[in-house]
Amino acid sequence: MRDNEIDSVERAVTTTAPSLVEFQALTRRCRRRILEMTHAAQSGHPGGSLSCVEILTALYFGDVLRYDPARPDWPDRDRFILSKGHATPVFYAILAEAGYFSPDLLPTFRQFDSPLQGHVVMGTPPGVEMSAGALGLGLSFSNGLALAARLNGARGRVYCLLGDGELNEGQVWEAAMAAAHFGFDRITAIVDRNGFQNDGPSDEIMRLDPLAEKWRAFGWHVLALEDGHDLEELLAAFAEAQAVPDGPQVIIAPTIKGKGVSYMEANPAAWHGKGPSDEQLAQGLAELQA
Amino acid sequence: MTAPPPVRTAATREAYAPTLIKLARAGHDIVALEADLSASTGGNKLAAEFPERWYTVGVAEANMIGMGAGLAAAGKTVFCASFAVFVPGHCFDQIRVSIAQPHLNVKLLASHGGISVGEDGASAQALEDLSLVTALPGFTVVVPADVVEAEKAIWAAGTTEGPFYIRVGRPKLPVLYDDDYDFQLGNAFLHREGTDVTVIACGLLVQAAADAAEHLAGEGISVRVLNMATVKPLDEDAVVRAARETGAIVTAEEHNVIGGLGAAVARCLALNAPVPMEQVGVWDRFGESGKWTQLIEHFGLNAAGIERALHRVLQRKVL
Repeated sequence: MRDNEIDSVERAVTTTAPSLVEFQALTRRCRRRILEMTHAAQSGHPGGSLSCVEILTALYFGDVLRYDPARPDWPDRDRFILSKGHATPVFYAILAEAGYFSPDLLPTFRQFDSPLQGHVVMGTPPGVEMSAGALGLGLSFSNGLALAARLNGARGRVYCLLGDGELNEGQVWEAAMAAAHFGFDRITAIVDRNGFQNDGPSDEIMRLDPLAEKWRAFGWHVLALEDGHDLEELLAAFAEAQAVPDGPQVIIAPTIKGKGVSYMEANPAAWHGKGPSDEQLAQGLAELQA
Repeated sequence: MTAPPPVRTAATREAYAPTLIKLARAGHDIVALEADLSASTGGNKLAAEFPERWYTVGVAEANMIGMGAGLAAAGKTVFCASFAVFVPGHCFDQIRVSIAQPHLNVKLLASHGGISVGEDGASAQALEDLSLVTALPGFTVVVPADVVEAEKAIWAAGTTEGPFYIRVGRPKLPVLYDDDYDFQLGNAFLHREGTDVTVIACGLLVQAAADAAEHLAGEGISVRVLNMATVKPLDEDAVVRAARETGAIVTAEEHNVIGGLGAAVARCLALNAPVPMEQVGVWDRFGESGKWTQLIEHFGLNAAGIERALHRVLQRKVL
């Protein structure tokens, strides 16, 4: 691809960042869809999807990720890697919003013959860059993408979203070591630090703290946020990460599992992997009206 | 009557580095990864001429597989090399989800397969690797019989889209084929013609099968030997033809009798052309330390073991 072609694509995909009001409408719509999808499927992972709505919204609509839904194979695109591969409700809602497919497809989530599989499958639908579902896979995959980009002279960056429970996996730390060793400064990891995993509070199941120090010790540039639901703080962190010249960066984003839905926030351990009932759906949608 | 002594011996693993270099010189966009065993696999020799095509990730097989998948997703032809006990043994989930499910262009080069690792003992002797990788949809699985076949198999892997598992070995073996050998991925090679019974073998059991066939020829028994280097996809036509034309089958491999070549052949026969069959392999147990030649003899993974299986199957053959 010639440089001017890259520039024209960049213009095509670079839109004026939405206003805060528009952002909030977008995140509310996304949250409603998460509830509707997991309700229709009577399964899926609403809690860990609701916790990272702002992270994905900032990436896809805050002028951070360079992508073109008309050309999902564009070699110079940035890649978003959903390593916490169970957070498909939020990911599919965001991809539909971004124009990769029609939102009409969302109700087929987890249904037989739907492209919207329970855990991410590479290329299905377009925009899904990697298969996952087993945890711990994404950062290694990101390393491979970053190495290939370096060898190919491609411009793309890699953004990899990890869960905090996922950080129990040893492979994450193999990959963290390697990313620093190879100096992959175009990898930005984001930790959705919602504090809960399948069996309960993550710090009771396997203590992660001091988490920032762990990443620093592995050679990463750490951006520890106050509030992983604050869009302005997220956007500032992504901008700072992009400016780091000498190694991988991790954004640790404290979030609330089930964010935006009162009964999930009150009992996040119960909302890792199940869909809401009819009454719960109605209540949640009412809480999330624009 | 014995076969003439072979002129040359080489380990099948010795095929890896020269073939990588050949692929790179031919312009193939390969990247080779290692997990701290490059002195044994030989992969590091690529780095001297193509430093940008070779990387070690340290003792971290899971990360190696994930990096390989990412490189392949970005268009590279990727080789990941280690020992067969570690790849797939230490990273099966990574191979399953990151490579097999998206059907990425990653070639697993698994050295030190089988009992012939020798002195390192049970933990180092992969006897279940073929079970694991043949169970993965879309994987091509190759177990070469000599260094020439290994070179051709690695070249085929590097020039054929999709995930591959190539199992090579540690010990020096007789070189069976010359450079004109017509290796065909997915096709059995008729190593020796015969009409009374067929041995279907892979890896170092091919030479053993040929030795057994030669010995039984002296007893007036005509043994066909098929080199089934491609364990998956299995050359079912060759298996069925052997069953129909010779009426009895022996399989021989350096692997557990559960899940390897013998199991694949048994399945094919049961579905298509049931005939008496015997297996030569390791009977659902772990290995132990010893010289590889002692272990081969102890476990019956040699010409004598194949001869015993041939006599058993011939007694069962309906004449």
